[in-house]
Amino acid sequence: MMIEGFTALYIFMLAAFTGYEVIARVPVILHTPLMSGSNFVHGIVLVGAMVALGHAGTGAEKFVGFIGVMLAAGNAVGGYVVTERMLEMFKSSKGSNR
Amino acid sequence: MNSLIQLSYFLAAVLFILGLKRMSSPVTARGGIVWAGAGMVVATLVTFMWPGMHNYGLMILAIAIGGGLAWYTGKKVAMTDMPQMIAIYNGMGGGAAAAIAAVELMRGDFQSSTFQVLAVLGGLIGSVAFSGSMVAFAKLQGLMKRSFLFPQQQLINLAVFGATLVFGLLLMGADQPAGFNILLFFSLALAFGVLMTLPIGGADMPVVISLYNALTGLAVAFEGFVLGNAAMIIAGTVVGSAGTLLTQLMAKAMNRSLANVLFSGFGSGVEAVGEAGPEGTMKEIDAADAAVMMAYANKVIIVPGYGMAVAQAQHKIWDFARLLEERGVTVKFAIHPVAGRMPGHMNVLLAEAGVPYDKIFDLEEINSEFPQADVALVIGANDVVNPVARTNPDSPIYGMPILDVDKARNVICVKRGRGKGFSGIENALFFLDNTRMLYGDGQEVASKLIAEAKQL
Repeated sequence: MMIEGFTALYIFMLAAFTGYEVIARVPVILHTPLMSGSNFVHGIVLVGAMVALGHAGTGAEKFVGFIGVMLAAGNAVGGYVVTERMLEMFKSSKGSNR
Repeated sequence: MNSLIQLSYFLAAVLFILGLKRMSSPVTARGGIVWAGAGMVVATLVTFMWPGMHNYGLMILAIAIGGGLAWYTGKKVAMTDMPQMIAIYNGMGGGAAAAIAAVELMRGDFQSSTFQVLAVLGGLIGSVAFSGSMVAFAKLQGLMKRSFLFPQQQLINLAVFGATLVFGLLLMGADQPAGFNILLFFSLALAFGVLMTLPIGGADMPVVISLYNALTGLAVAFEGFVLGNAAMIIAGTVVGSAGTLLTQLMAKAMNRSLANVLFSGFGSGVEAVGEAGPEGTMKEIDAADAAVMMAYANKVIIVPGYGMAVAQAQHKIWDFARLLEERGVTVKFAIHPVAGRMPGHMNVLLAEAGVPYDKIFDLEEINSEFPQADVALVIGANDVVNPVARTNPDSPIYGMPILDVDKARNVICVKRGRGKGFSGIENALFFLDNTRMLYGDGQEVASKLIAEAKQL
């Protein structure tokens, strides 16, 4: 499935505004976890790397595709683990955090 | 099958955006990452059903290796080393985007020339983010000299960038790009990422890591267009713009412009001015007197810096703060935006020690309270409390917002020795009449303070 010309441009524009708005009022205390969290989100590159490897034919393509999937999995898993570890620690003095 | 895949990607995109939104408030942040994680699992699983794919064995092996290593290192890394870990995971994402570009260019069957152009651009950005992030990691991990300067550096960087662009244009124009050109293009792009990051000093690294994070997002979005993958486009673009904003916020908190960080080879501490030192002398205090002073105070503001984290003193300091609270003292923590290795890093370190986030205040919230504080306890912080940032236009940190610690009735500075700070600038705070110096390792000092306070 291909996303054609202007539709793609619209998606790009709207997503860019979304990203800006979502972050715009974040307190400094969350900058590090949030950077880590957004780092995790671009780990979605994993699905692209899988598709690229899945269609690789020659040896060189398979090799590069393999590296790509490996790196992408590292991005997604590592990003999740460290973000979760950091956010788990944020507690209010009133006790609970969710 | 196709609509199931598309529906799952749509769901993943929604979960990513909601997850990021939740992550922007401390109350809901924990849930945010779980939501985003669920989106990632759904998107990954459903991708196995993508029509016409082969190499499933390789795919699973690669996921197991990459994911396993990242899981292990991510669980093990100390909180103080978090910034460089984020850099390395981010670099891996950039590398993956570049790898997708390389595979697609080698296969060479693009639906239209626009996609070919985007593949090359994404490959360039991803490669720079990859090698740049690796250099950033090496620097923060102490594997590499902080700042690398050589003659004609900017000219050489420009030449390498120009050569990268030339080969990029060749790839964009070719019907079936030559293997050799692809190899050369990616090698040059990787080299440029290294060269671009080498001259940047350790203090500016967080801004650079954040910038590479945004760049990786953009590269992922571009490759998403190439593959016709909406989840990648949306997630990549959202991170690209959010990351850009975050980079600007960080640069602003450090009183630097992005251009200044990237092109000046600064922040390396070479600019130590330090002529005409401040007037006065440094006056010492011992732990017993310091403990008494704080135990009988009404209000104490603790100002932690990276030095405290290095000494692993945050747990002890929090124990001490609770002792003070039991005696009826109001205790607050004041955090400068750039305390620690990156904005918000100190909050993470305090949270690790168990300090509730509603006792932690940032610069704008707390600065008006210093004049009412009986004691400001500065531990391991230096440049962020240096009043010359307000008073001396010749100082390299002039104009940087600081914590107005000097306005407290008494200031106690815990410090290892008499040396200068990270930036090599003499701290006028240490010479003020209301300042007392408490020398020693952060951890030991905190233990002594606890012991003394218990005896009162």
